[in-house]
Amino acid sequence: MAAPKKVETTGLLGWIDTRFPLTSTIKGHLTEYYAPKNFNFWYFFGSLALLVLVLQIVTGIFLTMNYKPDAELAFASVEYIMRDVFGGNIIRYMHSTGASMFFVVVYLHMFRGIIYGSYRTPRELIWLFGVGIFLVLMGEAFFGYLLPWGQMSYWGAQVIVNLFSTVPFIGPDLSEWLRGDYLVSDATLNRFFAFHVIALPLVLLGLVAVHIVALHEVGSNNPDGVEIKAKKDKSTGIPLDGIPFHPYYSVKDLVGVVAFLMVFFAIVFFMPEMGGYFLEANNFVPADPLKTPAHIAPVWYFTPYYSILRAVPPIGISQFPGVVAMGLSVVAFAFLPWLDKSPVKSIRYRGALYKRWLAAFVISWVLLGYLGTIPGDAWGQFGSWLGRADRATVVARICSVVYFAFFALMPWYTKKDQTKPVPERVTH
Amino acid sequence: MSENKIDNNGLSFSQPSEVDLQKRDFLVKATAATGAVGAAAVAVPFIGSMLPSERAKAAGAPVEVDISKLKPGEKMTAEWRGQPVWIVRRTPEMLDKLAKHDDVLSDPNLEVPQQPEYCKNKARAIKPEYAVMLGTCTHLGCSPNDNFAITADWDGGFVCPCHGSKFDLSGRVLKGSPAPTNLVVPPHQYLTETTILIGDDKKAEA
Repeated sequence: MAAPKKVETTGLLGWIDTRFPLTSTIKGHLTEYYAPKNFNFWYFFGSLALLVLVLQIVTGIFLTMNYKPDAELAFASVEYIMRDVFGGNIIRYMHSTGASMFFVVVYLHMFRGIIYGSYRTPRELIWLFGVGIFLVLMGEAFFGYLLPWGQMSYWGAQVIVNLFSTVPFIGPDLSEWLRGDYLVSDATLNRFFAFHVIALPLVLLGLVAVHIVALHEVGSNNPDGVEIKAKKDKSTGIPLDGIPFHPYYSVKDLVGVVAFLMVFFAIVFFMPEMGGYFLEANNFVPADPLKTPAHIAPVWYFTPYYSILRAVPPIGISQFPGVVAMGLSVVAFAFLPWLDKSPVKSIRYRGALYKRWLAAFVISWVLLGYLGTIPGDAWGQFGSWLGRADRATVVARICSVVYFAFFALMPWYTKKDQTKPVPERVTH
Repeated sequence: MSENKIDNNGLSFSQPSEVDLQKRDFLVKATAATGAVGAAAVAVPFIGSMLPSERAKAAGAPVEVDISKLKPGEKMTAEWRGQPVWIVRRTPEMLDKLAKHDDVLSDPNLEVPQQPEYCKNKARAIKPEYAVMLGTCTHLGCSPNDNFAITADWDGGFVCPCHGSKFDLSGRVLKGSPAPTNLVVPPHQYLTETTILIGDDKKAEA
């Protein structure tokens, strides 16, 4: 028999440590995980995303106790939760607000990664796992949105599932397989429920775990984009610019949590529909397969990509190019580590050229997001000199080009950019 | 050849004098291949379970529609396979307009087979007065709204609320719409003067 593992702890903890790496895990990931000392506001959103994930799982579990995934019963069961279940309205609004806030913190978290070059070597895998989380999150949001079985749920699912029917050759069979019927129906609702409450959450948790494991393997980036592991204390081997995650950043993140929850519950209590951006008015009408609502639009976090879908004209009789463009607009983020050729990581030491491109990208993303919430002809048409084209569509097309140019031209403009010298150590 | 040895626990085992790597390689590949076949076989019921069930298939039966109460210039909606089927009774004025705006249509001559052969005609119908079509947009499957009011640059038709595709009263798509093709005309037949059977165009046995 192997000799018992030697541990420094005693008592119950010692008993556990001989059998399970408890103390070493706490040390490695919290009390002796050294994070750069110059984290700023942007570094709140990773831990906040974890908080929202927990909120979504807990509220989700309690919602499933009363929700019925059946086309005949689903809409009424949601109304039942809202009206008759004690605390049901709070739990549901926490879940629906949580969905939108998840995307708010994830978008800010992604933006942090972009401006400080957190996707650069050696953090490519962290970034790729992150893109995976983003994709699964979009799936999670989409499947979840069908469950209330309102008009917007129904027709949103109809449009998205039909995106797959544009795939050449196998498309129609593929979308039929996804729906399990010739139209979005009870079979579709039932399977979307299965994806939403078990399949994707499991994948999501796995991805979050490897995202954090990969992060703790290579260490966090920071607003200066310099590697703190390059300058270590000679006697202890601890990075000179590193501080233990716990208690320093656990306490800092707690401040972020308090501020976030203030905003979160202000929304839950006072404006859970957020003027139709978090919960759309048409979703308070039960799904009707025979009648599409007058104006359908996805929830705000999908609208930039949805705008790109609408902006791309069909080629011949195929809608596929628009669908491909939309898919590419989301997946494009995965290529950033290999598109960015700049010698510096952080925006602090980049030149004006990069900053202009980034600004153009953000403006395009926001504009596309806004255009996705309004009908394509909302801004009227140009005169005959532009073939009476819809103004909003033309703007969306220009923004789509800028959006893709940000990625496609990145190798060129990051190389040409006039960068500033990067300091040896973090600046404060 | 092999000889017997005694391991740490005092058990006797035979040890081959040399490892046949070729044989080991073959066995690894054979095991992996058998496993892959097994995995593929197990995947069949799981993937197949997501296809439309027998009950869903049975729900696709043809439906009979009584059109005797449909007034000229109006539309009624029937349900077939859970989808809206429109029947539009067109006035002579509407038919007149339909014949004269080929230049604004993507496919005025019905080249793309979005209708049965017997509807590949000017009115896109068995009887010119009654147009029958699936009320789902060929773009992404929304149901377009009626817009029958005729104006200077609009001859009446349908506008899709999702992405703005426009169709005329024969379900033909207007140029510049995101929808690539005309609306689908489902297989149908007249059982009597005022009854349409949607979903089946085989002549009933006399």
